[in-house]
Amino acid sequence: MKDEVTREERVDNLKGMGCSRKRVEDARFTQGKGNYVDDLKLDGMLFGDFVRSPYAHARIKSIDTAAALEVPGVLAVLTAADLEPLGLHWMPTLAGDKQMVLADGKVLFQGQEVAFVVAEDRFAAADGIELVEVDYEDLPVLVDPFEALTSDVVLREDLVAEDGTLPDGAHGPRKHANHIFTWEAGDKAPTAEVIANAEVVAEESMYYHRTHPCPLETCGCVASMDKVNGKLTLWGTFQAPHAIRTIVSLISGLEEHNIRVISPDIGGGFGNKVGAYPGYVCSVVASIVTGKPVKWIEDRMDNLMTTAFARDYHMTGKISATKEGKITGLQCHVTADHGGFDACADPTKFPAGFMNICTGSYDIPTAYLEVDGVYTNKAPGGVSYRCSFRVTEAVYFIERMIEVLAIKLDMDAAELRRINFIRKEQFPYTAALGWEYDSGDYHTAWDKALKAVDYDGLRAEQAQRVADFKAGKTRKLMGIGLSFFTEIVGAGPVKNCDILGLGMFDSCEIRIHPTGSAIARLGTISQGQGHATTFAQILASEIGLPADSITIEEGDTDTAPYGLGTYGSRSTPVAGAATAMAGRKIRAKAQMIAAYLLEVHDDDVEFDVDRFVVKGAPERFKTMKDIAFAAYNQAIPGIEPGLEAVSYYDPPNMTYPFGAYVCVMDIDVDTGVPEIRRFYALDDCGTRINPMIIEGQVHGGLTEALAVALGQEIAYDDMGNCKTGTLMDFFLPTAWEVPNYETDFTVTPSPHHPIGAKGVGESPHVGGVPCFSNAVQDAFRPFGNTHTNMPHDHWRIWKTANALGLHG
Amino acid sequence: MIPAAFEYYRPKDMAGVLSLLEEHGDDARVMAGGHSLIPMMKLRMAEVPHLIDLQDVGGMTGIEVGTDTIRIGAMVTQAAIIDHAALAVAAPILREASLQIADPQVRYMGTVGGNVANGDPGNDMPGLMQCLDATFVVVGPEGERSIPARDFYEAAYMTAREDDEVLTAVTLPTPKGGHAYEKQKRKIGDYATAAAAVQIVKEAGACASASIAMTNLSDTPVFSEAAGAALVGSTLDEAALNAAVAAMLNDIDPSEDNRGPVAFKKHVAGVILRRAVTRAWSRA
Ligand SMILES: Cc1cc2nc3c(=O)[nH]c(=O)nc-3n(C[C@H](O)[C@H](O)[C@H](O)COP(=O)(O)OP(=O)(O)OC[C@H]3O[C@@H](n4cnc5c(N)ncnc54)[C@H](O)[C@@H]3O)c2cc1C
Repeated sequence: MKDEVTREERVDNLKGMGCSRKRVEDARFTQGKGNYVDDLKLDGMLFGDFVRSPYAHARIKSIDTAAALEVPGVLAVLTAADLEPLGLHWMPTLAGDKQMVLADGKVLFQGQEVAFVVAEDRFAAADGIELVEVDYEDLPVLVDPFEALTSDVVLREDLVAEDGTLPDGAHGPRKHANHIFTWEAGDKAPTAEVIANAEVVAEESMYYHRTHPCPLETCGCVASMDKVNGKLTLWGTFQAPHAIRTIVSLISGLEEHNIRVISPDIGGGFGNKVGAYPGYVCSVVASIVTGKPVKWIEDRMDNLMTTAFARDYHMTGKISATKEGKITGLQCHVTADHGGFDACADPTKFPAGFMNICTGSYDIPTAYLEVDGVYTNKAPGGVSYRCSFRVTEAVYFIERMIEVLAIKLDMDAAELRRINFIRKEQFPYTAALGWEYDSGDYHTAWDKALKAVDYDGLRAEQAQRVADFKAGKTRKLMGIGLSFFTEIVGAGPVKNCDILGLGMFDSCEIRIHPTGSAIARLGTISQGQGHATTFAQILASEIGLPADSITIEEGDTDTAPYGLGTYGSRSTPVAGAATAMAGRKIRAKAQMIAAYLLEVHDDDVEFDVDRFVVKGAPERFKTMKDIAFAAYNQAIPGIEPGLEAVSYYDPPNMTYPFGAYVCVMDIDVDTGVPEIRRFYALDDCGTRINPMIIEGQVHGGLTEALAVALGQEIAYDDMGNCKTGTLMDFFLPTAWEVPNYETDFTVTPSPHHPIGAKGVGESPHVGGVPCFSNAVQDAFRPFGNTHTNMPHDHWRIWKTANALGLHG
Repeated sequence: MIPAAFEYYRPKDMAGVLSLLEEHGDDARVMAGGHSLIPMMKLRMAEVPHLIDLQDVGGMTGIEVGTDTIRIGAMVTQAAIIDHAALAVAAPILREASLQIADPQVRYMGTVGGNVANGDPGNDMPGLMQCLDATFVVVGPEGERSIPARDFYEAAYMTAREDDEVLTAVTLPTPKGGHAYEKQKRKIGDYATAAAAVQIVKEAGACASASIAMTNLSDTPVFSEAAGAALVGSTLDEAALNAAVAAMLNDIDPSEDNRGPVAFKKHVAGVILRRAVTRAWSRA
């Protein structure tokens, strides 16, 4: 048989790894044909919505639902009293705490769920909500975690024993009624000693403000209990559908096989859709009570004010170095504001996530980290907003400490980074706080980035600008923001990563159809990342069938294999690995089939793009399509019919993507308005599966970084009122505010990942936030600024300029 | 974000509107583009049991550019202002300001009448109209009357228009000299941190007249007569600019909000005014 297509064409036909294949999802998304949870309409479906607390801290004296029940269309109003007999008025959180589903005697944050009104439609529910009368008695409000730690006001009476003692929390002893945990990493005494005896020490306190992932689609679900067959189907905005199924089973007592959880299209998650919310529980209960499907969908204010926030870390650091700038030690203390309940979404053994990656990209011999979690009268959460667990906080901390140290040393911050980077030959590198970095080549990336932006030229221009400013020739300062980040993603090895006892492996199951197409199902769920596109590309390269002939399906727990879902940049590192491994099982069986068909020994055939060829005789081959058909129509001795494989992948280590970012900013000293002139982002995410998708992910992550650095916050007044509950005040940048990003890359494959991929969705956010912030701070460095807190919105930038005397 | 129940009316003429307003009194409100009113209703900050849509009432979407005066129907959208070639020549400040209002989608819905009648200190057109010395034409049960923009605003959401009156048009003398609308905002679609509308006439190298109004720096728009007067007769030297800024700061009364504290707003107001005056002067 003569092969008419070239090998190169065969490779192209597959649209496998490395190809900028167009996103298969976009046909429906760009035509408004997506299928989101609020698009779901079932016969007889009811609508539930919450009465929410206007107060941040209050006792509930009584709830009167009579008037609400009079509203035409209102069928039921659930309160904690109704849930209590079912044991569902509280629910466990992912952080080992528990959280009220409906206010049980008191409320702990503004917007807390107090009662659930179930009605025939959302309009009747809204009218019913207005008429539920709740009698509140104000309690003193604690919005400052430092005050909370010394206050006599007890937020969580349920966590204080009757004799007034404090039982241990999920993470050990507690120091105060409002204290949740202390978590340590590294060596306390040796670090203190290194710092005490150091030639140079820089210290800084910084507040990484509270913000919110704010996905375009808010959270919601539809619960449908079929009383005939006893099965509950729960559609929802779940980043981890299988974990939700297990949680629902554990708290409801329904057997897990009777629960089917489906995540349809999800309009962005960014961590906001990892946890379990009272809306899910109430919808399930309401469906069980009424025997009808019940829908609950948050509005924008509900989402911003009550579902999982991010950050809110008060960080204090000390960094020590020699006079030449070689770092010798790092110390970090965090006071972490977790709000009214500890509902952080972190692996169980990591109550502060992977904050212990805070030695960053630097070879720091000694370090110590201590985190204190605190209850306050704010919404619960503490999720990883477009980052692996608390990695954004860690990277912000170290990238600010480096800048502060550079100021102390009167050194160029780029040079300071260069002399402290972990060197290429040190990998795998065990950091002082315990992580083993799998691979990296930081110097190459840094040099490439600095060269691309003409760093020396920028510094010269900046010096001129400062001179011009001082001479009264301009009112604009120029800032050069640098950041070099190392992410830690792909949670994670089951030996140390679990959520509620569920190991953080992931999975892929592949079925090859007789005619040579395939379906692969994964334990993850795309929220916009383009899994249907990229996972098919991994498989195309692994099994030699075109990506266009491979359907990727996720999110239905009845069909997909068990997995822990999508967040923390874990899909490619974990499920992507499972996909490659399952593909390899397919290939191994295909090899045996091919050998049989070609009448040679198994070892005499080898894989070549889309076929197995006889070694040394490439004109003798069987394509994967031929092989697929044979698997279903021939009785092959010793080989089962069919061509299917499943892989559960427990990663041996995390992956460590890294990158080098530079931002050039002009700042109007008089109005506080920053203007981003240039943003250069070099990402090393290991093997690149789809460069176009990588670029899209980088643009998105940088834009969310810009948001957080320059204005996006969840702010409270002294009474615990949320001041930023709408998109008027919660900064969501549009195309107008976003600069033109320049993207670049180096490739350092992960040595332990089957295809060497590391994950990229979150890197730009992690690296972007300090880069934007450093640009602002750098502009003021020549005038004596060491550090100012984010968000750098107009008035805070103005305040910095004002405090430095730049307004004359 | 679901409004309380309301009745929706869509009368075909002004008589129909007026009779509904008379019948339902305080419980009725007219709606133009709805882009201020509907959000308020959804937040249940405005309860409007009877909502009267003005879309089908004719005669309020025209723009007439005469030699001395300009007349803009109340239902003219901000997008229509931006697109009107003759208006862009006769009163370019209207276009410059409209382009800084909200975003293109909102501007296709938001109307001049709604913007000036709303009474929200954040709206840009009230200050703009005060700068241009516009007059608002309203019609009510007693017939038509005219109210100068400079006398229209009493407090936030309180205006000289009676509840049973409808604003039908805005008229203004064709502006003279150089113009500028300068606005600082946090992002596209945001209301002003501070905004200044300036119209300046230059004669023989000196300022012959200057009109200045500020937005979102008090609970009403602020027409600062003193700031304008401080420029008249000068060549817009530093001293005159300083005097104008000082006079303006005397007239505004900003309050702290998420955009920033009072000191910041005052400082930015000064900067914005300075820039607006300088730009207007360069065009005069
Ligand atoms: C996201 C967003 C951003 C915005 N940004 C800005 C901005 O930067 N600057 C700005 O100025 N505006 C802004 N707006 C407001 C927008 O320009 C509105 O369209 C405008 O303020 C009101 O016009 P409307 O036609 O929508 O009025 P409506 O919302 O229909 O009415 C507003 C009020 O005026 C009354 N009213 C309307 N027409 C009449 C009439 N003919 N006679 C008597 N009373 C009347 C109504 O009863 C109501 O009380 C923004 C709006 C949105 C949604």
